Amino acid sequence: MSGTSLVTARERALAVLGGEPDDATLRRYLHGIAGVDAVGLEQRAAALGTRSIKTTSKRWALDRIISLIDLTTLEGADTPGKVRSLVAKAVNPDPADATTPRVAAVCVYGDMVPYAVDALGGAHGDPDDGLISVAAVATAFPSGRSSLEIKLADTAEAVEAGADEIDMVIDRGAFLAGRYGQVFDQIAAVKEACRRPDGTSASLKVILETGELVTYDNVRRASWLSILAGGDFIKTSTGKVQPAATLPVTLLMLEVVRDWHLMTGQRIGVKPAGGIRASKDAIKYLVTVAETAGEEWLQPHLFRFGASSLLNDVLLQRQKMTTGHYSGPDYVTID
Amino acid sequence: MTRLAVPKTYKLYINGAFPRSESGRTFEVRRADGGFLANAAKASRKDARDAIVAARGAVASWSGATAYNRGQVLYRIAELLEGRRAQFIAEIEEAEGVSRVAAAAQVDESIDRWVWYAGWADKFAQVAGNANPVAGPYFNISVPEPTGVVAIIAPQDSSLLGFVSAVAPALVAGNSVVVVASERYPLSAISLAEVLATSDVPKGVVNVLTGAPSEIAPWLASHADVNAIDLVGAGDLDWISLEIEAADTLKRVLRPESGSDAAAPALGRISAFTETKTVWHTKSLR
Repeated sequence: MSGTSLVTARERALAVLGGEPDDATLRRYLHGIAGVDAVGLEQRAAALGTRSIKTTSKRWALDRIISLIDLTTLEGADTPGKVRSLVAKAVNPDPADATTPRVAAVCVYGDMVPYAVDALGGAHGDPDDGLISVAAVATAFPSGRSSLEIKLADTAEAVEAGADEIDMVIDRGAFLAGRYGQVFDQIAAVKEACRRPDGTSASLKVILETGELVTYDNVRRASWLSILAGGDFIKTSTGKVQPAATLPVTLLMLEVVRDWHLMTGQRIGVKPAGGIRASKDAIKYLVTVAETAGEEWLQPHLFRFGASSLLNDVLLQRQKMTTGHYSGPDYVTID
Repeated sequence: MTRLAVPKTYKLYINGAFPRSESGRTFEVRRADGGFLANAAKASRKDARDAIVAARGAVASWSGATAYNRGQVLYRIAELLEGRRAQFIAEIEEAEGVSRVAAAAQVDESIDRWVWYAGWADKFAQVAGNANPVAGPYFNISVPEPTGVVAIIAPQDSSLLGFVSAVAPALVAGNSVVVVASERYPLSAISLAEVLATSDVPKGVVNVLTGAPSEIAPWLASHADVNAIDLVGAGDLDWISLEIEAADTLKRVLRPESGSDAAAPALGRISAFTETKTVWHTKSLR
């Protein structure tokens, strides 16, 4: 997995911003972006959610959803055993049906990365090759309240342990206080900490925690800021704050990603996380992605679902389509 | 001065709410003489699916309540039914075309039957359970446990009594139910659901669907998250196929009954929807 090289990312940011990424320059740039039409955004999201998806498309969508899931466990009570069972489920989501695709990645806390890597064994790798990546949350997840040194150490440790993707949180306090330069520098520094000795780099997902950003305008600014600072993915939420991922917020972030692609030719990923539990909702997200950023975004390097219980619901729907009768929670694993 | 009539729309009862059918369909309920009585929601397979999800969600709280508490809650429903006696009598009179006396008799019998079953809530385990003699220093105790989600095709030839006779016993042990009301006489079932909605029964414990049993029953019988199916009112359907489909997921099945004593009150209707749990416990050795 190749992230964008930091040098070009910084050069690109400087070119876009027209100056050093300090508070004043970033403020001028981010506040110069047009405001969000909140009513229009929510209406558009609601309209995208009303598409009727017929049987064959639905079958395709369910399989695609599975292959886009970051199967997640982020509990204080996580143990190596829990991570191993999560990995077993990621590798073989429905033991009764070998045609079920694998998920894209497992997402765990940094200290659980070695167990995930170990449990995956030969199945560890790039989702494009039918393998499973390991994503680690880092930088004092979920609050992000610690010093930069600790955040960087947290990140470097996870990368060293074998994480392919790092999910970092931005400093929402600094962002809301208008200290954009600080947020920018932290993202850039974490991006640097994602580098491995061999010159490759772990992919960086930047969590905006949209539930704490209050307004759509802030979400749009934070999305631009994260992309400018070098994030490979922008992610809605930690899953620890309500509201987590919503369709309007994800649509808004997809619009930013689309605009960035038009502007620079670079493709940035989007990851809604938290609160997506039903296949029906997940299909609405697929429609939104295809209609906003484009169908080429429906692949693991450009779109992910951060979810745990979603997978079970998709498996139940899949079983319904295969067997012709409704399935039940007794026919999927407990998690 | 003339006044416009305000006819009631009868909707489904799923998870403690009264939604219209997901399909948007309705059907006309007619009087015995063929005149228009009301529009009722015509449930689809997706309504059945939603009802089962609701019922599954309610199993933990309802089966987790103490038997004594369940008995109290069920008895309270009988009290509420008594208060709505006049409404039920009028509904049955109109729908079935029977005399006021006959309608009143049906309502009274329904209430009495409900009380009878409510009384069993904290007593049936003593009768259906057992302390088993074993060759060793152990207590060996068998107790009936609720099976989980019970789907019911209510008797088709009765408004209230048949519905009560099928639903009440399934609730006693702590099951939650999805019940398809009589296609011809669905209104009393929905009125009873209104009673349940204002009683202390947790939402999702009883879910009432109206519409064509022939359409919904196969989905209930094949649904993997239904633990038992009561086909008491399915005599006119292809109930053997339903039984075969139910067997695929090892459901408990009660077969159709007909005649005036269909679903007569019996302890067997309670224990039919239970699983026997047997536990061993050491005795103290001196």
